[in-house]
Amino acid sequence: MTGRRAVEKSTTPTPASGSTKRAPQGRGTRRTTELKEEPELIQLLTPTGERIDHPDYPLELSPEQARSLYRDMVLVRRVDAEGTALQRQGELGLWASLLGQEAAQIGSGRAMRADDFAFPTYREHGVAWCKGVPPVNLLGMFRGVNNGGWDPYENNFNLYTIVIGSQALHAVGYAMGVQRDGGDSAVIAYFGDGASSQGDVLESFVFAASYNAPVVFFCQNNQWAISEPVSRQFRVPLYQRAAGFGFPGVRVDGNDVFACLAVTRAALENARSGQGPMLIEAYTYRMGAHTTSDDPTRYRSSDEVESWRAKDPLARLRAYLDREGLADETFYKGIEDEADELAEQIRSGCLALPDPEPLSMFEHSYAAPHAQVAEERAFLADYLAGFEEEGH
Amino acid sequence: MTQLTLAKAVNAGLRRAMEQDPKVVLMGEDIGKLGGVFRVTDGLQKDFGEDRVIDTPLAESGIIGTALGMALRGFRPVCEIQFDGFVFPAFDQITTQVAKFRARSLGAVSVPMVIRIPSGGGIGAVEHHSESPEALFAHTAGLRVVSCSNPVDGYWMIQQAIRSDDPVIFFEPKRRYWEKDEVDLDPGAAASLPFDRAAVVRPGTDITLAAHGPMVRTCLDAAKAAAAEGRSIEVVDLRTISPLDVDTVVASVQRTGRLVVVHEAPVFFGLGAELAAKVTERCFYRLEAPVLRVGGFHAPYPPSRVEEIYLPDLDRVLDAVDRAFAF
Repeated sequence: MTGRRAVEKSTTPTPASGSTKRAPQGRGTRRTTELKEEPELIQLLTPTGERIDHPDYPLELSPEQARSLYRDMVLVRRVDAEGTALQRQGELGLWASLLGQEAAQIGSGRAMRADDFAFPTYREHGVAWCKGVPPVNLLGMFRGVNNGGWDPYENNFNLYTIVIGSQALHAVGYAMGVQRDGGDSAVIAYFGDGASSQGDVLESFVFAASYNAPVVFFCQNNQWAISEPVSRQFRVPLYQRAAGFGFPGVRVDGNDVFACLAVTRAALENARSGQGPMLIEAYTYRMGAHTTSDDPTRYRSSDEVESWRAKDPLARLRAYLDREGLADETFYKGIEDEADELAEQIRSGCLALPDPEPLSMFEHSYAAPHAQVAEERAFLADYLAGFEEEGH
Repeated sequence: MTQLTLAKAVNAGLRRAMEQDPKVVLMGEDIGKLGGVFRVTDGLQKDFGEDRVIDTPLAESGIIGTALGMALRGFRPVCEIQFDGFVFPAFDQITTQVAKFRARSLGAVSVPMVIRIPSGGGIGAVEHHSESPEALFAHTAGLRVVSCSNPVDGYWMIQQAIRSDDPVIFFEPKRRYWEKDEVDLDPGAAASLPFDRAAVVRPGTDITLAAHGPMVRTCLDAAKAAAAEGRSIEVVDLRTISPLDVDTVVASVQRTGRLVVVHEAPVFFGLGAELAAKVTERCFYRLEAPVLRVGGFHAPYPPSRVEEIYLPDLDRVLDAVDRAFAF
């Protein structure tokens, strides 16, 4: 605060003595918040597609499994592109793009068992894909026909959560429930680098540690919280925070689907076997805008974006498949065709989403009748019926 | 019948709910070994274990957020917020998450949670220990907001709240925790009234007083004093704030023609304003006087040495009654 004041003060005219002008206090004491040295990432696949081993995270994949990871990533990238296109064409009010984060989402999503429960933000379209949520279901809230719109139990995938970080607590509570009803499911809480500043996320760390809950905190550090860089959120690498809460934290190359898969799988097994929570920081990059309403050219350089484009998660896996001779043109062509078909399904599914009936706003707030709701519903029904009688 | 204080009656209700449904869990700060700062959960951890009576870290948003997660896993969490003024760190979770969850899932998922809040003033407490935030919650769709005023209701309403599939904000008047009444703990006994209904707790003919929680006792005392002066006051214990049982109040005003609403919360944008509007709409030609309100002022809850001036008491209530008759 003093810094800002000092800056304002220094701009006001002062007597022309001029000799003792001091640097604004805040600026003089401000320390750089840039991280000096970025720690090593857990990596199983280099940016050029070379497979490397990590002593703590072995991963055996059949060629078929490697190909299917690639397929998933291509398809969710297409889901995402279609979401953006539908917004541009006015069919969605908003879309939050996952572009660049496919490896983090598919890797972690594929690590889950069907009974493991995921608590997403609003950008986890790739995780939703892995859990079996039909992509069209994701469009409802962005099109404005509902505020969620799927049954979380159907695929053990919670509703998207827009209030940043709230879902981390829900995940921990769900995991506490698992501890109490004897299941061996594990839970993943997804959040982003911006959310790491939220009290709810930090409280969720405390609760998870205190009860040793079977939960994995999966943070996609995509470097930007709308316009704010990670240096505004943390002064030490995020994964190192876990140590302060008493559980392990690791940083994984978020653009390496193999590493994301292996590390998440290990974390889930840890949770399952009673070893408690773990924080995974998937170091990645939001290639697109925060949402379709955002203009990232105002706050970040194209050089930065280009440097991350060279680490593209799909290109990396494709380089591996090619290098190892695991895929051919027929395979790639097949996936492209599949993506085209999926895009068409999403498009037609989106356009077919019905607008909600006006009175449906009263439908689901309460499980049991509520007098105020009943009264207002009756009023609105009557009021709207009046227009129909007038033939409007 | 057993003589119980309100605190012990809620305790007995919690115990019975836990016996009947293994999915009922209690969560809160100091509710285990200590039994809660008001001893409302006294002995429950000893009998039901640490997995069902869960001492939580000191983080209210954390309590409500994790309770929501447990509810999603099929539990029925009953959270204790230690004091009214401490609910605000959890206000976000309650209003943006708990209240909306069922609607957001299009009815697929109910969130059966109870959030118990010892509320109101009158105990000489320090700041943030004497608030009455009921209007803030009643303003949010998706929540039920109830308020017990006596041991019998404390015993039954907490059980009804726990059985409800909707999230319930459950206000307990902390200054009445030690007041006693006869409660029928017989396992075969049943509640006399659903928890979304108001009750006429003292019949009268000249004017209606509507109150909830701690102010019901105050209004009953006022009615008794007024009776000595020859004035017949009817007292309605609202019991539920969302939904509001307007029918019961309207029926009463149709008999008496006058209404004063009494609550500890500030009158500005409060429950009294809502009730005044509703009653005016429905009893316009029956009202002999405008609906009057008695409540807290548009000031921060004052230091305890002057809280008795801030809080409605018998004299303030009777003053409003006099004004209602002066019209």
